[in-house]
Amino acid sequence: MSSTPNSLETLANQEYKWGFVTDIESDAIPRGLNEDVVRLISAKKEEPEWLLEWRLKAFRHWQTMKEPTWANVHYAAIDYQDIIYYAAPKSKKDGPKSLDEVDPELLRTYEKLGIPLKEQELLAGVAVDAVFDSVSVATTFKEKLKSMGIIFGAFSEAVREHPALVRKYLGSVVPSSDNFFAALNSAVFSDGSFCYVPKGVRCPMELSTYFRINAKDTGQFERTLIIADEGAYVSYLEGCTAPMRDTNQLHAAVVELVALDNAQIKYSTVQNWYPGDKEGKGGIYNFVTKRGACRGVNSKISWTQVETGSAITWKYPSCLLMGENSVGEFYSVAVTNNYQQADTGTKMIHIGKNTTSTIVSKGISAGHGQNTYRGAVKILKGAAGARNYSQCDSMLMGDKCGAHTFPYLEVKNTSAQVEHEASTSKIGEDQIFYLRQRGISTEDAVSMIVHGFCKEVFRELPMEFAVEAQKLLGISLEGSVG
Amino acid sequence: MALLEIKDLHARVGERGILNGIDLTVNAGEVHAIMGPNGSGKSTLAQVLAGRELYQVTAGEVLYNGKDLLEMAPEERAQEGIFLAFQYPVEIPGVSNMYFLKAAVNAVRKQRGLAELDAMDFLNLVQEKMKLMEMDQTLLNRPVNTGFSGGEKKRNEIFQMAVLEPRLAILDETDSGLDIDALRTVAGGVNALRGPERAMIVVTHYQRLLNYIVPDYVHVLSQGRIVKSGGKELALQLEESGYAGLGIEDVEEAVGRI
Repeated sequence: MSSTPNSLETLANQEYKWGFVTDIESDAIPRGLNEDVVRLISAKKEEPEWLLEWRLKAFRHWQTMKEPTWANVHYAAIDYQDIIYYAAPKSKKDGPKSLDEVDPELLRTYEKLGIPLKEQELLAGVAVDAVFDSVSVATTFKEKLKSMGIIFGAFSEAVREHPALVRKYLGSVVPSSDNFFAALNSAVFSDGSFCYVPKGVRCPMELSTYFRINAKDTGQFERTLIIADEGAYVSYLEGCTAPMRDTNQLHAAVVELVALDNAQIKYSTVQNWYPGDKEGKGGIYNFVTKRGACRGVNSKISWTQVETGSAITWKYPSCLLMGENSVGEFYSVAVTNNYQQADTGTKMIHIGKNTTSTIVSKGISAGHGQNTYRGAVKILKGAAGARNYSQCDSMLMGDKCGAHTFPYLEVKNTSAQVEHEASTSKIGEDQIFYLRQRGISTEDAVSMIVHGFCKEVFRELPMEFAVEAQKLLGISLEGSVG
Repeated sequence: MALLEIKDLHARVGERGILNGIDLTVNAGEVHAIMGPNGSGKSTLAQVLAGRELYQVTAGEVLYNGKDLLEMAPEERAQEGIFLAFQYPVEIPGVSNMYFLKAAVNAVRKQRGLAELDAMDFLNLVQEKMKLMEMDQTLLNRPVNTGFSGGEKKRNEIFQMAVLEPRLAILDETDSGLDIDALRTVAGGVNALRGPERAMIVVTHYQRLLNYIVPDYVHVLSQGRIVKSGGKELALQLEESGYAGLGIEDVEEAVGRI
């Protein structure tokens, strides 16, 4: 009988499809972290003095900090001296000038991941910056974007070509001393994406960065900085995968967004780092700081994330709502299966008048997964007329998983309106039976119920991503109802 | 060959035996009413036939079209033409009625070797059936049963049945929670689906529904067994004398007295 737990277990054994390793020679530095390593990374990037100083300041501060323990996640202590802080695929020249010069092995890797970098094969309307271990290997549609004044490409390249812009905004949203992982990132970040959309320009295509960890025992510390100048609009997508390995790997990224007057940034993530195996062995530790500043009036920053990967996720994409009438949004689906742990949510800091924020969080726990929503809504004194709406829904599959909700509210202006709704539901045997009685298989029934649950978030995703996210969710949860 | 043959069927939930030897034969074209007091096993019988895993079958056999029904998963039974109109239709938030029903229709069609219906064909099919059930078009775009009134839910069940065109329809207390007008519409929809190829098992506590859906046979269930069978007049007799008149106690009422 197809409904017995046995057949469901077979499905649960479905492999992580992105777990292959690319066999490519890598230029890596020795394990461990000290000032010399920071200098070495900076030197490899041929960075200006001010950036090295910035890194060193961050490093010195990091040494005084303690790893945070308040998150509802449990893992063995990380040995920061046992990590390789820089690895790059070896190239014969200084770096590829065009796609023709990119190592074919790398192009094949991205093709295998479903991200063809050859421009003619690309989905129309998406420009991709591909980051492989510590470096950006290719950026597509660069010239077309340049003609509109849009700067999009590797962070290290932006440091060389647009130092004034980088210097002005780097660390302006997430200071290098912000938190333990942000400080670490500031000291050792290797590459990432940089994007600047000039005044009044609406970016005509989705910009996307695809992060891939390949080298073993390597941490990935990328940095993304996006600036939308007055009246500009940009939609940015981020995707990530890693090979299957039985040791844990650290990913500590920083993302900073700046929206000036009337500007809008839409940032979408489909996070699919290797989650570890069914016993909880291996997987990525995803400790990420993401924050956007709505500096200008009527500016808007919208975070949408679908988190299905990583052994541990520690991530709170947040908004500083400074400009009058500025808007912050956070839409999230977080899935934990097997032994995955996620502690994720957002912070909405209302500073300006009539600022509004919306939080919609959907947590799905299966297997032994633990899913925590942690969110803070702060309405400061000056934020007259501020409004927030929060909705946190949790869904449990099976009886060994957990869902936790920690909403923090701090309201210092009496004219503010704050609403919070929360629900926890168990995926109903009766719902599944109802669908099966209509001829729909268990797997399709579960996927239908889960997609229904996540609908409000999925509809915020750009088209191409929505499809990918739906598929991913199906794979992550296959076999989790028995 | 009978469409459905139930032989000495025993089923329990946990340690409690609920069906204690049911024998019933249903031929294509027939409408059978199953009546009985609360706790007599009516709804359990309906759920067991649909394949609900909550209930364990401990003895007996069920042949559907000559095949061993108990070996089939719930979705296989549905694909083979068994439809259960639920006593309590389940809400599925975020999934539109239309999307759900199209998935169901195509799952059944696939099993029968028919091509899947595209959006246009499906819409045509659905619109015709909606008229039959006097249903509001907007219900199609709403999430399955979510926020529906009791009457809308029941109507939605029969509407699904009309779209799926089953060979054996099992209606579990379809009359409960319906006012008289809704009852008429629902019964009208059911009657429109009666035909020589299709059999129905109508589970009900009250005779009222049987004024509108007139059965060929009536069976009275008590403590998990059929204790009396007859024609439609048996239902009327029950109406007059009550279950006590047949010497049957309402289990829940009996428990209530202890």
